[in-house]
Amino acid sequence: MKDRSNYLPKQFILIAFLLIALLLLSIIASLMFGSRALTIQEVIDGLITGNSESYETSIVQKRIIRTVFAICCGAALGVSGVLMQSVTRNPIADPSILGVNTGAALFVVCGMTYFNINTANHYIWFALAGAMIVSVFVFGISSLGRGGATPLKLVLAGAATSVALTSLTTGIMIPRSFIMDQFRFWQVGSVGAGTWESVTLITPFLLIGIVIALFTAPALNALALGEDVATGLGVKTGFIKLMASFAAVMLCGATTAVAGPIAFVGLLATHVVRLLIGADIKFLLPMSALTGATLLIISDVLGRLIGRPGELEVGVLTAFIGAPLLIILAMKAKVRSL
Amino acid sequence: MNINTISKIKHGRNSRKRRWNIVTITLTVIVTLLCIAMLLLGNTIYPLNVVVKVLLGEEIKGATFAIETIRLPRMLAGLFTGFAFGIAGYIFQTMLRNPLANPNVIGVTSGSSAAAVFCIIILQSNKAVVSLASIIAGLLTTLIIYVLARGKVFSIGRLILVGIGLQAMCNAFITYVMLIGKQHDLPSAMRWLTGSLNGIKLQELPILVVSIIIFVPIIIVLSKPLSMLELGEQSAKMLGINTDLTRIVLIICAVILVAIATSVTGPIASIAFLAGPIATRLVGVGLSNSIPAGLVGAFLVLAADLVGQFAFIVKYPVGIITGIIGAPYLLFLLIQMNRRGDL
Repeated sequence: MKDRSNYLPKQFILIAFLLIALLLLSIIASLMFGSRALTIQEVIDGLITGNSESYETSIVQKRIIRTVFAICCGAALGVSGVLMQSVTRNPIADPSILGVNTGAALFVVCGMTYFNINTANHYIWFALAGAMIVSVFVFGISSLGRGGATPLKLVLAGAATSVALTSLTTGIMIPRSFIMDQFRFWQVGSVGAGTWESVTLITPFLLIGIVIALFTAPALNALALGEDVATGLGVKTGFIKLMASFAAVMLCGATTAVAGPIAFVGLLATHVVRLLIGADIKFLLPMSALTGATLLIISDVLGRLIGRPGELEVGVLTAFIGAPLLIILAMKAKVRSL
Repeated sequence: MNINTISKIKHGRNSRKRRWNIVTITLTVIVTLLCIAMLLLGNTIYPLNVVVKVLLGEEIKGATFAIETIRLPRMLAGLFTGFAFGIAGYIFQTMLRNPLANPNVIGVTSGSSAAAVFCIIILQSNKAVVSLASIIAGLLTTLIIYVLARGKVFSIGRLILVGIGLQAMCNAFITYVMLIGKQHDLPSAMRWLTGSLNGIKLQELPILVVSIIIFVPIIIVLSKPLSMLELGEQSAKMLGINTDLTRIVLIICAVILVAIATSVTGPIASIAFLAGPIATRLVGVGLSNSIPAGLVGAFLVLAADLVGQFAFIVKYPVGIITGIIGAPYLLFLLIQMNRRGDL
């Protein structure tokens, strides 16, 4: 009998190769395009010489930071999407739908208002706390009752919580115009403000999240067969779910803290990859990270091209790309499974 | 059927009618009191006789301006939009037979808002164009959602998911427009995100009043078929109702009311969603609750606006107060529906 543990999905290597190529292409595009387009020669010069004297070099340097930042965020969101969808066993689980973004936003605003925080390495703890509390709350409410957390219940609980939290956030901000100004730019997810500092800030969170994700992958595969089967196979379902959701929330919470809310990347990446290579989480995780990063870079480049001479924030673009997918999923879903 | 049962049914119906009357009258009285309070209260509190004199046309220094240009339009806008949101929400909930189905969740209002923000910030158009655009966009959004969510079997779940998807797009669009907008346009555009009664002028109200005068009677006429629709598609058809026609006419009425109300105040959160269930709780089922729902809507908007204006040191727009009130109720409803296994 063939050894199942070495089983690779159909054409896995080809697809992985294509995705990596696409990522490289998007990185090159990200270095070249912007309000001032550079030629490949200029990019190479900027990369190699590395002296920040010339104008082109400093542009390339800026774009390198931005691209690295986008890779980190996109990969984190992609992994987080896979984890959330497999823990909730729900095809439309995404940080933005679970209310994670609004939770993080409320906590960040509270931090700005009552604790006078104004640097990213303080935001991150508030954002993480908010993301954790709200996602647990939303998932808890929607998994009450018969049938557990169906997509519809999850969406409605998320929407309701978001409305309340947004109202609270606005309520806190209205009397304090300086916070509204500070918050206005955080509120739109963007990778333009990324610095090496923010990259180093989120790296530990991303590493921990990804390591946990890889360790839980086999158990999550078993969980996909159903709670009972997984328990029968010796999986501690409660513990695995807890760890995986912890990792998922940490990944998207950290990203949200530094980049602001970026919706639908997790949802999109996971579905695209699942369509290509099937549902094995061991392979889904790295591929979804790859796709998430590519998606975010492409959206960012598109945003820079469309919004010239300024830029269209990436959070706006991903919503426009991701929301139609949500609609298509809803249209395809069987009535029963809603 | 023996006489005993008939008299029991009659008795039941009479007591329901009595309850309907009592509730409606009480609500009317409360709403009237709130309207008066809206006129009396403000930075300066005017006694009732001054307000009456001003309304009768007498010029009183200070009071005339405060009451006629600030408080009266605010009060009327709250009254009418609340009524429109309440009644439209009730129609949506009853027709789709789901308390969660309301124009906000389904995404109708976000379409209206997106169009309005676009007109204000990008096109710099005047109020009339803004209203028209938001009405058209509201209808168009409804149409798109309906077409996308139709499927072979109608499913409220699919409708809500499609609506939330569209809403996400509209919201992203609004955020983008707000970001590129000029600073001085932002306050008037902010209204389209939260819903507020600030700075409404008397000239903006006639279209809302006219639409209420036209569409509310239609809704009342159709309330009997509507209550039969509540029994389900099959039963309604057997009772001789043209279900498709009834549904389409009612949806159009409700959407126009919502869109026009939204074009005046912006999407005031949760009103369309709270009014129906509260009215049903007060009146009980059996009779059409569209009028009580409208009154509850008006009550909620006026009360929330008074709270927003006077309860805190800072003045909050009405939409924030209603948003905070509405969400716990939605969660409560979700938990309750979960218990019954309705979802």
